Amino acid sequence: MIRAAALAGALTAWALVAYGGRALGLVNPVLMPTPGEVVEVAGTLARDGSLAQHLAVSSLRIAEGFGLAAAAALGLGLLVAVYTPARLMLEPVIEFVRPIPPLAFLPMFLVWFGLGETSKVAFIAYTTFFPMFIGIAAGLGRVDVMLLRAAASLGASRRELLRRVALPAALPSIVVALRLGFGLAIFVIVGAEFMGADAGLGNLIMEGRVFFNPAQIVMGALLLGLLGSLVNGLLQAAERRVLRWRALG
Amino acid sequence: MTMAGPGGAGGARVQIEGVHKAFGLDGRSTPALIDVSLEVQAAELLCLLGPSGCGKSTLLNIVAGFIPPTRGRVRVDGAPIAGPGPERGVVFQEYALFPWLTVAQNVEFGPRLMGVPAARRREVVARYLDMVGLSEHATKFPVQLSGGMKQRVAIARALANNPSIVLMDEPFGALDAQTREVMQEELSRIQRVEHKTIVFVTHSIREAVYLADRIVVMTSSPGRVKDVFTIKLPEARDRFAAEFTRYESEITRVVKEEVAKVRE
Amino acid sequence: MSTVTDLVQWGLRGAPLPRRRALALRLGAVLAFLGLWSLASGLVVLLGLFNPIFLAGPWRVLGKVAALAVNGQLWGHVAATLERVAVGFATGAALALGLGLPAGHFRLVRNLLEPIVEILRPVPPLAMLPLFIVWVGIGETSKIAFITYATFFPMFLTTVHAVQHVDPLLLRAATSLGARRARLFFRVVLPAALPEILIGIRLGVALSFFVIVISEFIGAEEGLGYLINDGRNFFLVEQMLGAAIVLGFLGYGGNGLVVLLERRWLRWERPPTS
Repeated sequence: MIRAAALAGALTAWALVAYGGRALGLVNPVLMPTPGEVVEVAGTLARDGSLAQHLAVSSLRIAEGFGLAAAAALGLGLLVAVYTPARLMLEPVIEFVRPIPPLAFLPMFLVWFGLGETSKVAFIAYTTFFPMFIGIAAGLGRVDVMLLRAAASLGASRRELLRRVALPAALPSIVVALRLGFGLAIFVIVGAEFMGADAGLGNLIMEGRVFFNPAQIVMGALLLGLLGSLVNGLLQAAERRVLRWRALG
Repeated sequence: MTMAGPGGAGGARVQIEGVHKAFGLDGRSTPALIDVSLEVQAAELLCLLGPSGCGKSTLLNIVAGFIPPTRGRVRVDGAPIAGPGPERGVVFQEYALFPWLTVAQNVEFGPRLMGVPAARRREVVARYLDMVGLSEHATKFPVQLSGGMKQRVAIARALANNPSIVLMDEPFGALDAQTREVMQEELSRIQRVEHKTIVFVTHSIREAVYLADRIVVMTSSPGRVKDVFTIKLPEARDRFAAEFTRYESEITRVVKEEVAKVRE
Repeated sequence: MSTVTDLVQWGLRGAPLPRRRALALRLGAVLAFLGLWSLASGLVVLLGLFNPIFLAGPWRVLGKVAALAVNGQLWGHVAATLERVAVGFATGAALALGLGLPAGHFRLVRNLLEPIVEILRPVPPLAMLPLFIVWVGIGETSKIAFITYATFFPMFLTTVHAVQHVDPLLLRAATSLGARRARLFFRVVLPAALPEILIGIRLGVALSFFVIVISEFIGAEEGLGYLINDGRNFFLVEQMLGAAIVLGFLGYGGNGLVVLLERRWLRWERPPTS
């Protein structure tokens, strides 16, 4: 309720500045698109079907890149958590690569994988892998040894300790790591699509800049925000379901 | 299913032989236990009593198979132990319930691992939840329970796996004074029905006298066996009986010597 | 791989390894990383797999960085990037604290600011970059303003959260000792909120290095991001990797500065032994 009111308030403020500023001649109409113009751009692009196509292209890239990275982060996170030498060997390499802003490697990916889909998917996978891997490995490392002891005294084998104790115990941190990774995927897909893409929401936004159409930029940005909030909301709902046992206290 | 070993009723269930334990890496290790030898008889409730840091929990962890002794060995029903096993149930001070499982699922955890069929599992869960008085809370999650209730679940979980030995590590240590006495009474009542072999670690003399058949008093760090008391009181005990108080003061005297040593 | 016995004794992380063995493993991993990288770039040349300019070996990359450092070009780019980050981040931090502290403390301010933040926050900042370029042109101002915009949100949100969630027991204790208004805020609320505020600051520093690269890709004549994109246009892979590594060191240094502040200001948070 409060959030809805807040959103309505913010939209009203935007409309006031855009329409009011324009009426009073305070704002350059080219620079400050009105809500009406943004909706109009969205309508035009939706009618010719290109909006749906851009959306689909971006979503597929995110899904593939994020999916690959999540699978790798889970597998390696588990390995590192149960095998100390692997952790000691991976740590320094990751510490070296991690402070380098992932976007600095974007042109590298374009050189290596070309301008097609592979470079974008690989780039998203690369970017989202590190925070997810680190979060998952840390979550597994923090599993309370008492829970492992309790299960082993009830007859659990090594496999059962990992599957029935370590994984459920680390699930909250795993879910947080996945959400973080997904947020990052939405963050960087734009950058990847700015640079040499012919479709996708980032491309749409860049087009808005090239053709000096701020309404299209704002529309693309809001759409990405909406997509991000939507998936985040879904992930949170899933989290509440899976982690029901935590919220009841 | 039953797990009675070759020791059978009447023999020594647990034999602790010359156990030493030191912590820390080779160069700078500190001894925690020195030459501890003990036997626990079948259907006996043995209390390990001593000031904090005397190594009683360490000894329990060794018997549970969580940590290896530096020297010496532990045999259960005649066989040397290697790691933890379902024949030794453990109840922890911190409860160690699986927070993502309901009360019933926690109790069912052991039988499920042992491959007990579902119908039989339901009976076992019902029986032990009834025994600890939690039948109405079967579908709750641990976060929804009070400390005392959590520990009842932990006891039911350990017993439902039908272990031949139950190891209890200061199980009531985190509870408030009233709950603690209620839980002691519950355990005593359950033991009169189940006749388990129990090793019970505590630093409370009253608790030990109330529950134990035998009390092993340990020295303060490093831990050794200082004295052993056989408690000849009726199964259902009265904390205000003269005999009870006599045991209490006698053991208090012995324990105080150790506490005083730590102070120095 | 850990056995059941290891798992119950040490937990999932397993037994701690002797210090020398751990050090050897770490060093070995770094050497193996560099070795594999050299080997791969060497094999590409030897076997003629693909054009060797695509995979420059570590020594070529280091050599390129050294060459740029010696002929002085590197420093201009580093200075340009650092200046944009410093000004953009500082402005973002000032705004975040200037608005976040009152927003955390006063309900009215919070209610006024939150709707705007709520609508803009889920929008990935990079999506707004072209708007900044359209608004203030492609020069310095748009780059700095963009860093300010991108870093503002996490710092603002953590500040609001930190101030809002100061332990009420502390407030009660302080008011019962006679602290009111300004004193209560500066002597109790601010110190109690500081650890979380600094977490936000750290996030902001990381984020400013994160986003500077892309604004330097788009219409810049100087800066490490420019160096990377320039490398892309001319297939100078050593230059791209070299500039990325230098950026990594700068980010590492920026993080180090915040850690230093944390050490100074949050001494009370850590036990005296460690």
